[in-house]
Amino acid sequence: MTAASRGGLRRSHPSGVQRAFAARTGRTLGRRRVVNGAMIALTYLAAALTTLPLIFILALLVEKGASSIRPHFFTSLPVPVGEVGGGMANAIVGTLILIATAAAIGLPVGIGAGLYVAEYGRSRLATAVRFLSDVLNGLPSIVIGIFAWQFLVRPIGHFSALSGGVALGAMMIPLVTRTTEEMIRLVPTSLNEAALALGYSRWRTSLAVVLRTALPGIVTGALVAVARIAGETAPLLFTAFGNQFWSVRLTEPIAALPLQIFTYAISPYDDWHAQAWAGALVLIALVLVISLVARFVTRARFGAAAD
Amino acid sequence: MSAPVAAPGTPPLGSTSSGTGPPNGPAALGSIRGGAVGDRIYRWTITGFALCVPLLLALIALELGSAAWPAFRRFGLGFLAESHWDAVNGRFGAGPAIFGTVVSSIIALLVATPLAIGAAIFLSEFAPSWLRQPVAFLVDLLAAIPSVVYGLWGIFVLVPLLRTHVMPFLSNTLRLGGTPLFSGPAYGPSMLAAGLILAVMILPYISAVSREVLLAVPRSQREAALALGATRWEMIWDAVLPYARSGIVGGVILGLGRALGETMAVTMVIGNRAEISASLFAPGYTMASLIANEFSEATNELHLSALMAVGATLFAITLVVSAIARWLVWRVSREAGT
Repeated sequence: MTAASRGGLRRSHPSGVQRAFAARTGRTLGRRRVVNGAMIALTYLAAALTTLPLIFILALLVEKGASSIRPHFFTSLPVPVGEVGGGMANAIVGTLILIATAAAIGLPVGIGAGLYVAEYGRSRLATAVRFLSDVLNGLPSIVIGIFAWQFLVRPIGHFSALSGGVALGAMMIPLVTRTTEEMIRLVPTSLNEAALALGYSRWRTSLAVVLRTALPGIVTGALVAVARIAGETAPLLFTAFGNQFWSVRLTEPIAALPLQIFTYAISPYDDWHAQAWAGALVLIALVLVISLVARFVTRARFGAAAD
Repeated sequence: MSAPVAAPGTPPLGSTSSGTGPPNGPAALGSIRGGAVGDRIYRWTITGFALCVPLLLALIALELGSAAWPAFRRFGLGFLAESHWDAVNGRFGAGPAIFGTVVSSIIALLVATPLAIGAAIFLSEFAPSWLRQPVAFLVDLLAAIPSVVYGLWGIFVLVPLLRTHVMPFLSNTLRLGGTPLFSGPAYGPSMLAAGLILAVMILPYISAVSREVLLAVPRSQREAALALGATRWEMIWDAVLPYARSGIVGGVILGLGRALGETMAVTMVIGNRAEISASLFAPGYTMASLIANEFSEATNELHLSALMAVGATLFAITLVVSAIARWLVWRVSREAGT
């Protein structure tokens, strides 16, 4: 605007064309500024709208869930509709058992595959594993669930905690593979070379030096993977199945927090809805604590290098 | 940087050498040159673990394929287009479920994409530095909320809100009730509810990928645009976004992959009815919610096999979608990274 009018002032007799041009430049510049301001404001709005649901959900969870969280919620079993009290002790323990089973499968395979991909990165198998673990990671959890049903539940003849753990473990493998690979790549090559120069064989270099140095990062990756599968429901629907009673055996159906929340949420009873909110609050707390511990592990051991 | 990293790694060099004993002197060379049995065992072990990934994927494909085979043999490929899903009379077609999956995912993408890219632009370009970390953390946290918790929120907050406010507003106040898209009674559980909850769920995925891609755009690109007299928005629109386009598209497709297969939250709000309706107010099914809802009640082998066939179809679709997404993101990161 100012540039255009100054241009107009310098000449004593601006022609009609020049005047029109100046006016148009002023107009378009003004419009450009308005567009600029509006679009920047829109990105602020988008960021606000993106974070709002999270704040709403967390606030609501605390508001509706906190009132049902009593000591007996953690110590007693579910009760039938109409009875007072009751808790999710079996579901909380069940979720922990399922996580442990999944980790027992997902961690060794994931870390081993990650080691391979990091060390033989240029081989054809490594490229394939990297790509396929991304593909596996993108598979819907319900597909993993019906796979585990077809693979384990159907031949055996009944639902079991083990089949649920296998389904969750299968979901962990690609997550752990990728983070392990990334963390091992961060280990300086000089460390590797130093160990080899000292006469270490390859396998001892890998395990005692490289893997050990990358351990904090791998632990973080494992925790992130655990946080991700801890809240999974779909793979458990037809495998772990849920259980209203106390069971810690791998060969029998087992209760799980997400399954219990689902069952209670779709029921028509207010008492059960309250329990569902409480369960959701506990589940979110579990997931957030694991995520925060994961961040803490990275910070504490890797220091500034992680950021 | 390397000092604190090296510290935990150094002790075993000395301390464990007494164990199996890395040989000293010239003998060591022999073991390094591949003669060592340990190296071979180690190599085979980790190769075995690595092979687990393709094997697992192949096993999933095989199990689903064999379980779905009876249904495909009975109905042929027409199974995918057949619009009747009638368990009582043994007529099965994946049409309604595929339709619902596509429609709910489209709604989710339409709502989530502009918001996610806007938030990513805000975080990479405009956010004051004190705000950047917390907002990025909150967006990432959104991805950590379990699906079933979204579903709980959907049942008790989103669906009532749609029923009492949004749907009447759309059909009465805006007078859109006559159009096929917004016709019919406002029950609450509907395609619209499913699409909206999916939008919230895929937001963080699209946003995270977009943010990374935007941050990878070279500084010179921005400076050149500003030097030519562009406003800040013109710089983003004309210089930054075109550069990041295929990466952002990759992020959107990644989000699409999530939306296609999302199960619990959708099952809880979509109403679960096997009908094809043009109205967004009508209940429907997605492939994932159909499986979740009917699998444990499947009455006979054919019903079960039809559900498996739906699962196999979903598997194939997400396989293709995530392969495309990874390829796009990978292409950008290769260009920007090295």
